[in-house]
Amino acid sequence: MALAKITSITGPGLAVPGNDIDTDRIIPARFLKAITFDGLGEGLFFDARKAVAAAGQVHPLDDARFRGAKILISGANFGCGSSREHAPQAIQKSGFRAVVAESYAEIFFGNSTTIGLACVSADRADIARLTAAVEANPALEVTVDLVAREIGFGGQTAKLTMRDSARDALVHGRWDPIGELLEGAEAVVATTSKLPYLAVPPK
Amino acid sequence: MRTPPHNLFDKVWAAHAVRELASGQTQLVIGTHLIHEVTSPQAFAMLKDLGLKVAMPHRTFATVDHIVPTDRQTEPFSDPLADAMIKALRKNCAEHGITYFDLASGRQGIVHMVGPEQGITQPGTTIACGDSHTSTHGAFGAIALGIGTSQVRDVLATQTMALGRLKVRRINVEGQLGPGVYAKDVILHLIRTLGVNGGTGYAYEYGGAVFDRFSMEERMTVCNMSIEGGARVGYVNPDETTFAYLKGRPYSPTGAAWDEAVARWRAFASEPGCAYDEVVTIQGADIPPTVTWGINPGQGISITETIPDPAQTKSVDEKAAIVEALAYMKLTAGAPIKGTKIDVAFLGSCTNARLSDFKEVAKYLKGRRVSPGVKAIAVPGSQIVGKLCAELGIDRVFREAGFDWREAGCSMCLAMNPDKLVGDQLCASSSNRNFKGRQGSPTGRTLLMSPLMVAAAAVAGSVADAREVFGVKN
Ligand code: SF4
Repeated sequence: MALAKITSITGPGLAVPGNDIDTDRIIPARFLKAITFDGLGEGLFFDARKAVAAAGQVHPLDDARFRGAKILISGANFGCGSSREHAPQAIQKSGFRAVVAESYAEIFFGNSTTIGLACVSADRADIARLTAAVEANPALEVTVDLVAREIGFGGQTAKLTMRDSARDALVHGRWDPIGELLEGAEAVVATTSKLPYLAVPPK
Repeated sequence: MRTPPHNLFDKVWAAHAVRELASGQTQLVIGTHLIHEVTSPQAFAMLKDLGLKVAMPHRTFATVDHIVPTDRQTEPFSDPLADAMIKALRKNCAEHGITYFDLASGRQGIVHMVGPEQGITQPGTTIACGDSHTSTHGAFGAIALGIGTSQVRDVLATQTMALGRLKVRRINVEGQLGPGVYAKDVILHLIRTLGVNGGTGYAYEYGGAVFDRFSMEERMTVCNMSIEGGARVGYVNPDETTFAYLKGRPYSPTGAAWDEAVARWRAFASEPGCAYDEVVTIQGADIPPTVTWGINPGQGISITETIPDPAQTKSVDEKAAIVEALAYMKLTAGAPIKGTKIDVAFLGSCTNARLSDFKEVAKYLKGRRVSPGVKAIAVPGSQIVGKLCAELGIDRVFREAGFDWREAGCSMCLAMNPDKLVGDQLCASSSNRNFKGRQGSPTGRTLLMSPLMVAAAAVAGSVADAREVFGVKN
């Protein structure tokens, strides 16, 4: 199974600031009532968008200037809470190809990597600079370069960090581990045969 | 593996590690795979696309919990989306030969209740489920992991998954808990102390005198919420309490196999003097009955404290977090949490809907009444819990007090079923998450607390100190 090598992502950015943004907020539970991931994009930040609209403001996801954004920008501990893969799926199905945040909750980070959504981290000050630049010019092209470990935007740069295992997986096109896991079939038997609780119970 | 003596995590890991992958992660055998209706249908579809079969159907167990209506469990469900989900689960299980504890089995319930009840959850094993509260099963001395749907696919297809090794933080709770202080308070207090992301990259090993005395159900309550503290995994070492719980369960070994299993399980426990990446010790006596006031499980205070004031904190982050939480929760900085009027009382969820939870509350609720204007519902976590409560007359105590007594399911924990908050209702809840909108209304508000505190709030009509309301002395 050949997977795309994800070395860099370029496109406009969109910021949803705040820390501890949980997956219930990214995709409210009622949108999980489905047997496929199709159409999840519409539910992205649904309640947060409505709340902003009710306050007479425009959420960036509903702001025409940010249409076509590919890079989502946020704060610390992004994606905490529920393990629902629906969260990164909704982000990806809305057109995003990368997230830049201060830090991530573990399961969210893993789920994202497995579907080829690059979650990179940057310093708070750099995220503030990036956010300001994107808000001043929504059309600004932001480049998340996984190889150079750098975010470029309008002549500015910022350092990005990412766990090596995830970065390598994206860059070398092996972010979805299923192929490699299947290749290990023989080695798996060697391990499972030593675990008595896995034996098929006698009928 | 480090040099001996070893901790449980390292031993279970070593026993299940297949090989190192190119990413540096480990291919890890998952001995027990639990599935439910929300996160599995897409995984089965992926499997089909790849032309793959389920590798170990006999190690895969299913039940239905999130979408089940709790007033009447009968099919077809009135919600066509929910009905499509339960049908898909049934079809996938039948097609792949997977054991399915369905509504007619008498063994259905929240997946994290079903595994232990059936004796499927065992020490020294690896367990995965497409649900973050899988950490619950760690109470038995297992490495139990919440996973995403693509990983559900991986486990279905290969009985393995790719995982980076975790560090281990040993958390000792020593001494005694005070009267009216429960396992729920222990974990709410720990999350408050260590932070909602304090556990990132860690497995939490819980121990100390308080855990040694804890029942399996209390251990499950704590392990359940490990994930709310950012830890992927939480566990307690297996001991006599663990073995006594498992003895005689449907999937527990019997005869000579039982003795062999106990010997094996015992050997997985952390050895005296083993190394940890970090050790934290707290005193049980320092843990108060705890209530959350904010929008994440770390925003908790003692029932006797006042709601935090952003003006009192120096940290910019904390200030912003308090301001945001207070605005959403419509609570006043500096006001006592006690006395905050509630609209709904929910006693349920995989954190606190076990027999011991209902038993303990019934002890105090008998002869008391839910305050007028409070909607109170009690939802057993499994059909078995519901049945045991009925046999013991516990359901009657709740009904007579004015609680609505329901059938098993996730219910108002996340509202993928008809049980939901309406508008900005304030709910005293024994569940595990107080995120914005978690209980089904985009403006609904949740206060997390122990089951007895939920009952106290239901009776008082406002957040109350259960020790006062019920005269709890121990
Ligand atoms: S009770 Fe709540 S937390 Fe537990 S599995 Fe159900 S929805 Fe998830």
